[in-house]
Amino acid sequence: MSKLHDYDDIPGTYVYDAERGRIGYSLNMFCMSLNKVENRKSFKADAPAYLDRFPLTAEQRRTVLERDWLGMLKVGGNIYYTIKIAFCDGLTFQDVAGMMSGVSKETYAQMMLAGGRSPEGNRYKDSSATENQHG
Amino acid sequence: MAKIVAGIAVSHVPAIGVAMDKGITGTPYWQPLFTGYEPAREWLAKLAPDVAIIVYNDHASAFSLEIIPTFLIGVAAQFPIADEGFGPRPVPVVKGHPALAWHLAESLILDEFDMTIANEMPVDHGLTVPLSVTCGQPNAWPFPVIPLCVNVVQYPPPTGSRCYKLGMAIRRAVERFDQDLRVVIYGTGGMSHQLQGERAGLINRAFDTAFLDGLTRDPVALSKITHTEYMREAGSEGVEMVMWHVMRGALGDEVAEVYRHYHVPASNTAAGLMILENRSAA
Repeated sequence: MSKLHDYDDIPGTYVYDAERGRIGYSLNMFCMSLNKVENRKSFKADAPAYLDRFPLTAEQRRTVLERDWLGMLKVGGNIYYTIKIAFCDGLTFQDVAGMMSGVSKETYAQMMLAGGRSPEGNRYKDSSATENQHG
Repeated sequence: MAKIVAGIAVSHVPAIGVAMDKGITGTPYWQPLFTGYEPAREWLAKLAPDVAIIVYNDHASAFSLEIIPTFLIGVAAQFPIADEGFGPRPVPVVKGHPALAWHLAESLILDEFDMTIANEMPVDHGLTVPLSVTCGQPNAWPFPVIPLCVNVVQYPPPTGSRCYKLGMAIRRAVERFDQDLRVVIYGTGGMSHQLQGERAGLINRAFDTAFLDGLTRDPVALSKITHTEYMREAGSEGVEMVMWHVMRGALGDEVAEVYRHYHVPASNTAAGLMILENRSAA
């Protein structure tokens, strides 16, 4: 049973707090290992074998092997760590951000050029109920 | 006596470093951002500080989740450039200032800020991009640097208020150093951005503008913004702006804004830059 946080009602956001830290440690430490060029080579050569070195859950393995970027966050991934998998694939932060938000690379890039995602309607999970109180 | 003469607030988006390293800063996408950096470079070259304290965060480069220092100071003579997962940036090694850094470490701890001390650590884009933005691409950085690292990767980061008070303690410590050094302090990271989740790409120009205004006008009130307000209003990674409070706290009450630049987008981020000169008596 997890306690409630005052940030739990922010939509589409996975705060890397104590609870995620407890479940995500091994997943993120695998990502950290990709800072070394020899490890990047091993991971690229045989990803399943490389992942055997880390005590990941089956779901954590799946998200990595399938590059389920949003799924990684749900099983304790921290974006500053999981992005290292994307770097291995030659992807950028913006590529991954587009995939996590469920739109094409072009649509996402266009949104950023137009000033980014507006906070209006994106502050609260139930925006109709509480948005007005906070202007 | 040493003195903090100015503060620089600047975003440290990795793509800004990549654009410089690849030589594509003149493209239509990047040109407006980099044109706005030129006055800051001219100002800094003219100021020619003796040393810089750069407040930044490490992004899973020097530190993993194995050990997570909330506040850390680098006391080494030099700091190598980190491999963050795509090879080290092709920028000069960062020279430190061990004498002032050790003085700061001792002073801050005795002033009740429990710093972690690093004798060896690589530095990542969080520190090198602000140097690149403000110094360009020299063969060697024009001044020694004291890295001051703040955790913002594992929630919770230190509060804005705590960061502001750390800045005040840094000022007291610098002014007790017995060499005549002119010191600049950088606060880095931000401004509004969210790199993760379905809400990635959030930008809040109104929040950022108010934040920039508040740095000069009412920094104490600004330092009381909560983590949840940063995350809700300025994106989950917007909480990096706590590091700007360290810089502001290290200046006196009287500051003058001498330059401001704000541009959207730099990749996923609202890139801000502000220069504050310290007009307070020491």
